[in-house]
Amino acid sequence: MMVSQFISRLKALIRKETRQMLRDKSNVGVGLALPLVLILLFGYGLSFDVKNSPIAVVLQDNSSAIREVVSGLEGSQYLAPVWVGSMSEAEDLLRAGEVSGIVRIPVDFSVQQGKGNAKIQLIVNGVDSGTASAIEAYVSGAINLALQKRADRLGTATSGAGVTLVQRTWFNEASNSTWFIVPGLIVLIMTLIGAFLTSLLIAREWERGTLESLFVTPVRPLELVISKLAPYMAVGIIDLVFCLLAAKFLFEVPMRGSLLLICFASILYLMVSLLIGLLISGRTKNQFLASQMALILSFMPALMLSGFVFDIRNVPVVIQVISNILPATHFMTLIKTLFLAGNEWSMILKECAILLFYIVLLIVATRKTLVKKLG
Amino acid sequence: MGELTALVGPDGAGKTTFMRVLCGLLKPDSGSVTVLGCDVSKEPQEIQNRISYMPQRFGLYEDLTVRENLDLYADLHGVSKDERAARFERLLKITDLARFTSRPAGNLSGGMKQKLGLACTLVRSPELLLLDEPSVGVDPLSRRDLWQILQQLVEEEKLTVLVSTAYMDEAERCGKVFVLNQGKLLEQGSPASLTKLAKGLTYTVNPKPGIKARDIQARLIDAKDIIIDAVPRGGAVSFIKQKHAEVPQIEKLLNGDHVEPREEELEDAFMMLLREHEDAEGNAESAPTVSSSTAALSSSDQTAASKPVIRVQNLVRKFGDFTAVDSTSFGVGRGEIFGLLGPNGAGKTTTFRMLCGLLPASSGHLEVAGLNLRDARTEARGRIGYVAQKFSLYGNLSVKENLEFFAGAYGLFGKKLKTRVAEVVEQFQLDPRAQSGELPGGYKQRLAMAAGLLHEPEILFLDEPTSGIDPLARRMFWRTITELAQGGVTIIITTHFMEEAEYCDRIAIQDAGKLLALGTPKEVRELAGETYARDMNSAFIGIVEQNRAALKSEAEAKSKQNDGAAA
Amino acid sequence: MSAISSYIFRIIFLIRKETLTILKDPKSRAVLIAPVIMQALLFGYGATYDLNHARFAVLDLSRSDASTQLLSHIEGSVFFERAATLSSAAQIPEMINSGKVLFVLSFAQDFEQRLNAGEQAPVQIILDGRNSSTAGAAAGIVGAIIASFNQSLNSDVLLSNESNLVIERRAWYNPNLQSRWQIMPALIAALSMLQTLLLSALSVAREREQGTFDQLLVTPMTPMQILIGKSLPSIFIGLLQSTFILLIIRFWFEVPMNGSPLVMYLGLISFTIAAVGVGMSISAVSLNMQQAMLFTFLLIMPLMLLSGLLTPVSNMPEFLQVATYMNPLRFGIDLVRRVYLEGAGLQQVAFDFVPMLVLATLTLPLAAWLFRHRLS
Repeated sequence: MMVSQFISRLKALIRKETRQMLRDKSNVGVGLALPLVLILLFGYGLSFDVKNSPIAVVLQDNSSAIREVVSGLEGSQYLAPVWVGSMSEAEDLLRAGEVSGIVRIPVDFSVQQGKGNAKIQLIVNGVDSGTASAIEAYVSGAINLALQKRADRLGTATSGAGVTLVQRTWFNEASNSTWFIVPGLIVLIMTLIGAFLTSLLIAREWERGTLESLFVTPVRPLELVISKLAPYMAVGIIDLVFCLLAAKFLFEVPMRGSLLLICFASILYLMVSLLIGLLISGRTKNQFLASQMALILSFMPALMLSGFVFDIRNVPVVIQVISNILPATHFMTLIKTLFLAGNEWSMILKECAILLFYIVLLIVATRKTLVKKLG
Repeated sequence: MGELTALVGPDGAGKTTFMRVLCGLLKPDSGSVTVLGCDVSKEPQEIQNRISYMPQRFGLYEDLTVRENLDLYADLHGVSKDERAARFERLLKITDLARFTSRPAGNLSGGMKQKLGLACTLVRSPELLLLDEPSVGVDPLSRRDLWQILQQLVEEEKLTVLVSTAYMDEAERCGKVFVLNQGKLLEQGSPASLTKLAKGLTYTVNPKPGIKARDIQARLIDAKDIIIDAVPRGGAVSFIKQKHAEVPQIEKLLNGDHVEPREEELEDAFMMLLREHEDAEGNAESAPTVSSSTAALSSSDQTAASKPVIRVQNLVRKFGDFTAVDSTSFGVGRGEIFGLLGPNGAGKTTTFRMLCGLLPASSGHLEVAGLNLRDARTEARGRIGYVAQKFSLYGNLSVKENLEFFAGAYGLFGKKLKTRVAEVVEQFQLDPRAQSGELPGGYKQRLAMAAGLLHEPEILFLDEPTSGIDPLARRMFWRTITELAQGGVTIIITTHFMEEAEYCDRIAIQDAGKLLALGTPKEVRELAGETYARDMNSAFIGIVEQNRAALKSEAEAKSKQNDGAAA
Repeated sequence: MSAISSYIFRIIFLIRKETLTILKDPKSRAVLIAPVIMQALLFGYGATYDLNHARFAVLDLSRSDASTQLLSHIEGSVFFERAATLSSAAQIPEMINSGKVLFVLSFAQDFEQRLNAGEQAPVQIILDGRNSSTAGAAAGIVGAIIASFNQSLNSDVLLSNESNLVIERRAWYNPNLQSRWQIMPALIAALSMLQTLLLSALSVAREREQGTFDQLLVTPMTPMQILIGKSLPSIFIGLLQSTFILLIIRFWFEVPMNGSPLVMYLGLISFTIAAVGVGMSISAVSLNMQQAMLFTFLLIMPLMLLSGLLTPVSNMPEFLQVATYMNPLRFGIDLVRRVYLEGAGLQQVAFDFVPMLVLATLTLPLAAWLFRHRLS
């Protein structure tokens, strides 16, 4: 009897929340349209992979050997050399942001080369340090390759003793940044629904005074929590399907772990995210504050501190600790592993347990904010 | 069992707090409350399962339809499908909402919302029904309907109802009345036994021809030491004298006008109790006064004669297919108090918003002080004052900050600003440091008035300024209004308290966008016909219902005609 | 009193009221100041692409002097920290998969023998590619360390070889290519925009919801006055937040500032005005606070992504690069970075002003017009 009453009340409340959600077009916008836009923006717009980066090349010494070396730059798909007559002109271009770097062959290059003392100067614009590092790597790679070819052709190749680095990148052989951005996107979208949609739910009922009438009914706080979660869970799951389809067919990110596990983990995190939104909403009782708090406490940290683009292994210990408090970080680790590495059971169990722990904690806390008391 | 009990008292009397304690939403600081045999603080859920409660701002989900709102509450109370069909049919019938089941609650008029709120609390027959001021902001027709529903249910289902209200005619319908003030119980008893408290103190006076009833009323109400209360009614003035005051003393005050005793009413007893309590507490408030001089008794007959300051001709406003205001015409003269009455959703607020330039008219001519405010130069707006329907000043600013802002917005600054702010603070007896949002209703309303008067406007627009305000505060409010009118300020006001129409020089009654009656209160009462002319409330109901009946028969005749044509 | 001074007085009163409503509530006061400072500090430390004591494991089957010597070079750098020493190749997957280490260096048994024989001795580096940019950075640094190790190996036999070529690198404006220098200045614009946008988007919507906007419209204030009065506090708060972040970057993180504060603030003012313009337009369109917030959220995400905050605009496909011209944040970030790091003068960043000012001149009058003309 108790259970059947619970179920029927719950059904009524879920129906109500679903209707309210669907009637407001802006909910549909944030819940469904925004994720689609984000998938496309993230997939295509966010890329760490430098392509056709313009660099100025200043040849102050103009021998055939040099031209051969420098021509290596043209072969690179990452670089777009611009031939410039003088250093001052090149510097102007760099200053104006027209080129990202300057390759300068000094006047005495040929002379010095004969002495085995040759130098090429590379100037990069450090404002964009990522691009700058990449350009450095590509320029030296291209020049060395050209040198190698030349040496092979001339038969002057000397292989002295030396260590060669044989690089193997697991999980992402081509170092394609889309591969780690797209799984991270799932984290962001799941966070977004919680932060932007559910954070307003309880605050709105407080502001509009609807909670007072609801309180004086047989409704239990837990039923309110569950009913507010349910419709947004559905939205989250639809978004998840969008993400998975895009990952698989649009961006061709490998899914090395089991699809079932990916879905399970995503749903766990979705619950955490929705509950954080509800908790903020219930605590602030004010839509303005709730939205600000959700942005500051939930969304921004998930974007910046969860290991989405910035690897947490690089940050100071204090930040690592903070980052590890965020549920988003745990889900980020989990989802990247599931996509790129595979079913890594010990890690999966650990991270899922952490997410479950957050769910329980948050349900208890949210339920408390809905205890039937005013004032 | 099967009883109606009323909780009456001014703002801040503790009515809402008391209701919330009964529902288990607030914990009493000390003492215990037992509802239906359960201790509220120990078993709140048990009580919440058995009672129904309608808060002041009933929490309807405005984005859900009427039907969906009802279904939600029925589901929550575990009403079975079979019971529901019959119950809903009956509720929809008595609330007259059957036509609107698929309309979102947000699109209902205020009165319909209240009825739907009531229906939601009645999806099953609760053991106890708590209603917190269910009739605030509701027009007389809806108010009458609401009470008919309540009384019907009390009789048929033996419902026990506790209702808080500011209307004494509502309290009169209850079996028992509790009078609260400042958290204290002043008196309790049946309406009849309470009414007796005012026995022998109630009188009425007919003003001499050419003298306005409201001027007499003003003079009486200012004489606090001998008069407890006075209101204009049906062209005369009803008043209550202090116990110690002698009739000749009063007649002297009225320059020899003859006063006659009249039968006491519950409202008289209520006003008397409040005055006694306030006097005992030593915090009697005097009405805000515009000038220190007492109201003059000379009639200001230049009003009617003077050129109209507001002219409205064939004003129309449509929202899509819906015509909110339909070819309305009227004029208002300088220094006149003009009342705009009508049921919820009649188009009063729309008319108002067009007059103030907040909404463009679909067609028709509109002139306020010779200008259309919508596209008038900004200086023209400096000549009007506007007090919106619900409190619309900045709640988190202090009284002084609000006043200073609006003074600045109206172009006052420097020393002039300071003196004006100080003047209105003094005049309306406001605490400049108090936070506006936390003021009790009556004070909020005073503050809103104060803000609207800072720049000494020629015309003052007041949209339902007295909704949700207790009788005491309303008396003070009207005292201010009559003073202003005497000073030559033109006042346009809407209200749901029909007795307040008696303060107006002329009134217009609007329904469904159309103007049904226009004239002095007396003329309008006479227009309503004899059966309704008793007081303004019944005159209003009469006029609106006669019109609706006429429309209905007209529509029926039309449809018959069409049927005939089709056949 | 002249018309102009009365015009200005009215605006001042509105500004005063707006500021009071925003700042009076201790909660919203806190929400406007504390988070910006906190985020600036957190992200200052947290938002970095630079390796910092990245953990790695070693599988050294050669157990030789040469491998030990090379490892000491790698461990001696601030970038890496050895977390484990493995004994068999079977242990590698566990190390990488669990994320315990970023990479494993594996030396074959004949490592030293090959070196001594004057041959090329391979070292294998196995990287965790789940974050490909970190993996790439690690490989690059290890490669550079090995290159210098090779040079020291051969220095005694200094080969007079023309393929012996040195690339001398210099990075302007950010000599050590620290990613913090790149990201932090961008935050001056990005973090403050988040809140100014929301603040301005709510300013009118809140008044509409609470019914106070009508009260404002019946006063003699013109829409332009209301617009100016409502915008200025948001702009001021945005600039204040920017200033906090700027100070944190300059004095806490000690990133040297090369540009003139004047140009910086001219840029920030234009940027904030553009952001507030967008916010005010949202506000004027919205019926209530909820709508205003959701519209803002709908906008904020694409604005942040297409701004160059996380990844350079130049890496985006052509059509998205075109779309960024509507994004004030893109130019705000570009301007702030260039003025802060490059010391660019007004002339060099002049172009950045154009899209921001165009946006402001479109959105602000639109908002003012919408105040009165939004259909009810």
